Amino acid sequence: MTLKRLMATLLASAALTGSAMAVDLRIGLQEDPDVLDPDQSRTFVGRIVYTSLCDKLVDITPDLEYVPQLATEWSWSEDGRQLTMQLREGATFHDGTPFNAEAVVANIDRSQNLPESRRQSELASVTGVEATGEYEVVFTLEAPDATLLAQLSDRAGMMISPTAAEEAGLDFGNNPVCSGPYQFVERVQQDRIVLEKFADYWNADNYHFDRVTYLPIPDTTVRLANLQAGDLDMLERLAPSDAPAVQQDESLIYEDIVGLGYQGITVNIDNGPNGDNPFGNEAKLRQAFSLAIDRNAINEVVFQGTASPGNQHVPPSSPWYVQDFPVPERDVEAARALLEEAGVDRMAVEAQVPNNPVQQQMMQMVQAMVAEAGFDLSLKATEFASMLSAQTAGDYQLSQVGWSGRTDPDGNIHQFVTCEGGINDSKYCNEEVDRLLNAARETNEMEERKALYAEAQAILNEDLPIIYLYHPSWIWALDNTIEGFVAYPDGMIRLENVTMAE
Amino acid sequence: MLSYIGRRLLIAIPTLIIVSIFVFSLQKILPGDPVLAMAGEDRNPETLEYLREKYRLNDPVIHQYFYWIGGALQGDLGISLRTNQPVTQLIAAKLPVTIQLAIMSMIFAFAIGIPMGILSAVKKGTVLDYVANIVALSGLSIPNFWLGIMLILLVSVNLGWLPASGYEPFFRDPIRSLETMIMPAFVLGTALAATLMRHTRSAMLGVLQADYVRTARAKGLSEKAVILKHTFRNAVLPIVTLSALLFGELLAGAVLTEQIFTIPGFGKLIVDAVFNRDYAVVQGVVLCTAIGFILMNLVADVLYVLLNPRMRQAL
Repeated sequence: MTLKRLMATLLASAALTGSAMAVDLRIGLQEDPDVLDPDQSRTFVGRIVYTSLCDKLVDITPDLEYVPQLATEWSWSEDGRQLTMQLREGATFHDGTPFNAEAVVANIDRSQNLPESRRQSELASVTGVEATGEYEVVFTLEAPDATLLAQLSDRAGMMISPTAAEEAGLDFGNNPVCSGPYQFVERVQQDRIVLEKFADYWNADNYHFDRVTYLPIPDTTVRLANLQAGDLDMLERLAPSDAPAVQQDESLIYEDIVGLGYQGITVNIDNGPNGDNPFGNEAKLRQAFSLAIDRNAINEVVFQGTASPGNQHVPPSSPWYVQDFPVPERDVEAARALLEEAGVDRMAVEAQVPNNPVQQQMMQMVQAMVAEAGFDLSLKATEFASMLSAQTAGDYQLSQVGWSGRTDPDGNIHQFVTCEGGINDSKYCNEEVDRLLNAARETNEMEERKALYAEAQAILNEDLPIIYLYHPSWIWALDNTIEGFVAYPDGMIRLENVTMAE
Repeated sequence: MLSYIGRRLLIAIPTLIIVSIFVFSLQKILPGDPVLAMAGEDRNPETLEYLREKYRLNDPVIHQYFYWIGGALQGDLGISLRTNQPVTQLIAAKLPVTIQLAIMSMIFAFAIGIPMGILSAVKKGTVLDYVANIVALSGLSIPNFWLGIMLILLVSVNLGWLPASGYEPFFRDPIRSLETMIMPAFVLGTALAATLMRHTRSAMLGVLQADYVRTARAKGLSEKAVILKHTFRNAVLPIVTLSALLFGELLAGAVLTEQIFTIPGFGKLIVDAVFNRDYAVVQGVVLCTAIGFILMNLVADVLYVLLNPRMRQAL
């Protein structure tokens, strides 16, 4: 009898620990990430994986404030040319290498000097990093750079093990070693990326999954079907057209938040001979075009109301949005009047559009709307890589393109509209805009920066090198056993305090 | 026989060279810059230039071709621009997936297509024949992606019988591997079954009218023996050729089906590679599937000879 009871107790406890041990989370991604090396990588989905794999110096809150991660506190020098950071003690990399000031110096050096690094431009303002103590580093800047913290809250601030980086070189991404809450186990290209809990993580108590598996499933319908069938616990980038179905499904949770990015129409103003046409030369025509668009209707029809109509590089919900220039209501009369002022009755324009159904549907709505004002818009559906090439080469008139968005507003505007901007495909150039946007980079005072952006916006709102249309939302669908998920506007999936009910 | 195979393999070499030149030039004609696709949103000009140099994209196209083909001859197909992995490694990882899917699809295709073909030939003009034809036509006309999504919704979401998508290597977990592959194999298999059924039917009909079949019947052989031993064996030749070709096509990857069921095989690899202008991967995979196709063609011809004694004299 006692033996039987003992056996039963043993079995029961084994079963209990068994289930408690295996808490796995399976996340459906829209794409397969590229190389898993924070210095070399460039995809959005890659950043989702890093959020659990690689800690950064600083993190953000959902309200875009900076909070400690590997750096516990920081301060700027009077002239804004030095940033001193205190580092977390007791943090280690997954291979046991201790995290300290030397590691930070080695990381920044790699981001800046590895020829394959995609982080070089993000850290362009940094002229040197020095370890001033075991847990203190000082960044020295060429000129004050208000965007540095934002860069350090993303891939440029991700710390990888200097030992592993040294050993693996360019192949680091095949077996990434960082210091985040989860460590790398395996990756099967286009199939899965598996991470497991890192027991020595400094904040391990707040991470409740033993294993996290990321499964790239590009087809949105299939991704949702996997969630409904119980083969996934959550997914990112739900198609807006599926939003109502998920909201009505009691076994699922719907989460969304307006993202940091935008979608708009870039106008060729001076990028080669194709910019030399009435639409590129005459701002009034671009204003008319913008006024002819009903941004709310686009949001309701194409995005089931999930997006945020917009007319600036940041969404209206952002603290950086310039309230003096609200999203314009559609006004065909005013648009017609502007065309008349410009001496044009009707005009033909051509826009290239990515060849996916959502962007095409959206642009067909624009096409119908601007036709009423007098624009015969023809759409040229183009595969994305070709479209990007044409855009860089100036081989386009209008281009429907977007930007995934950055934490600091500078990342959404500076390189697009300044004369020498790296991705200024419009080749718009206005010295006053340059001066204002450069000045906004060089001060850390938010109010001062906001005033500068407002001034720049006043000009850009007239010139319209980019006609902003809307800001897409990040949408997640979760199994209803998942608790504690918090939506962040950067679209990342942070697993701190996220749990799964039994 | 061996010298026949040897000759056939020699003839394959110029074919492969032409394929490699064709693929290489097509890629160069494609608009879109691989370096732009891999530089990221920021498109830092210095990085772009560095990558162009590194991947020899500034060299004359002819040099690039010879550089690539030189490597390929030594078993080095280059490095994926997207993930930094050697292309040979990628192909080695995907090949078992694609082969497994191809074999399972062929099993479905045979199991459905051939009996249906025989039956509808034997019962020509009856209701059974019409039903089989309608089924075959539907199999050919229903798009794979539609059938795939419908199956996922029915079998996985509503009934919960099979995983909706994904992949498990066969030797790691055979049961799970079969579970994940059965739906995609069925989807691919039904389409092929339709083709097989139509060909089996017409081949059978041709043979059924032959004199020796009439003789067999006149000898008083059972209908079963007449159909299976005398008719089907003679009708099987075109079916073998067709099957080998269909199998060769399957090796090229089933783009849509792999995409829907998220199976990391050749199809998905090549689609992703084309969109990312990952030249080395596209070239490597196409070369590999061309070799696979040529080999399957050869297998078909050899089988033909083995099955048909009359052909042996032609060697």
